[in-house]
Amino acid sequence: MSEQMLAEQQTLIPVYALMDQLPETEGPRPESPLCHADLASLAEQGSREGGVRLQEQALLGHLVLRGSLQNESFVQGFAQVMGMALPGALESAAAGDASVRWISPDEWLLIVPGKQAFSLEKQLREVMAGHFSIANVSGGQTVLVLAGQDAVNVLKKSTGYDLRDRNFPVGKVVTTTFAKTQAVIRRTGQQEWELVVRRSFADYVWLWLQDASAEYGLTVTA
Amino acid sequence: MFSIYCPYCEEHREEEEFHAKGQAHIARPRDPESCSDKEWGEYLYFRDNPRGLHHELWVHAAGCRKFFNITRDTQNYEIKETYKIEAEPRITATQAQ
Ligand SMILES: [Zn+2]
Repeated sequence: MSEQMLAEQQTLIPVYALMDQLPETEGPRPESPLCHADLASLAEQGSREGGVRLQEQALLGHLVLRGSLQNESFVQGFAQVMGMALPGALESAAAGDASVRWISPDEWLLIVPGKQAFSLEKQLREVMAGHFSIANVSGGQTVLVLAGQDAVNVLKKSTGYDLRDRNFPVGKVVTTTFAKTQAVIRRTGQQEWELVVRRSFADYVWLWLQDASAEYGLTVTA
Repeated sequence: MFSIYCPYCEEHREEEEFHAKGQAHIARPRDPESCSDKEWGEYLYFRDNPRGLHHELWVHAAGCRKFFNITRDTQNYEIKETYKIEAEPRITATQAQ
């Protein structure tokens, strides 16, 4: 390696292209992968007494964080910016509007209000150093919340994972099979579950959930 | 249907979340350029096919997506142990004899 190249490398600062995916000014208009289903109208017109309630939490900011727990700036930096610690295996944490899910030993999924993703990613990058990555995957997935007394029965049809209280307490999160696709499933309450599904499978999951919850009655909420 | 213990998720998961990826502990030659055709061919294509204990590479494809190893008995499909990618097996064929 030439001396010039060496010198350049030593003064190199990490280069990354950050894009505000939900700009205030004119720009691309974000669209939920379920916008064609018009859940807002269904919420107004549909049944109100279903055993299952379904709500899409559309257009949130999804950030995939990857790094090592040995990297102090990654661990401390996250805690400093987000006001919560990175959760351990199969656990999740929440602070204010933000929530973070363990995905694998070096991977977490942070979900924040859509408009905050850009500035939070910037802040995280400022405090983190070394070998880490942050990817804004907001456009690639969406969040569905399934609630009600029969929500667990719909999940039982959809995944082979053991949903009993002793195996799946509130706060636990697992990535597992869901119908013929996958989902990140987090238990957010005694009768409430959150699904993070891929954009390209969102319509399939929506059709699946309608079918699976038909016998209990499905209420779409806004 | 059976359950497999993922050493990264630290719990048993349904078999359908996993994929088998063949024989484990196959080291890539440090200097491929200096390999003979025979050495390189054996590294790429030749695998053990034991009757009995076998160390295999698996991936938790629908879960944490980490690769790990399984020691499995090819005669009765019994999984003897699962262990992290960088670890060595605790149960080996020479031990069992
Ligand atoms: Zn796993």
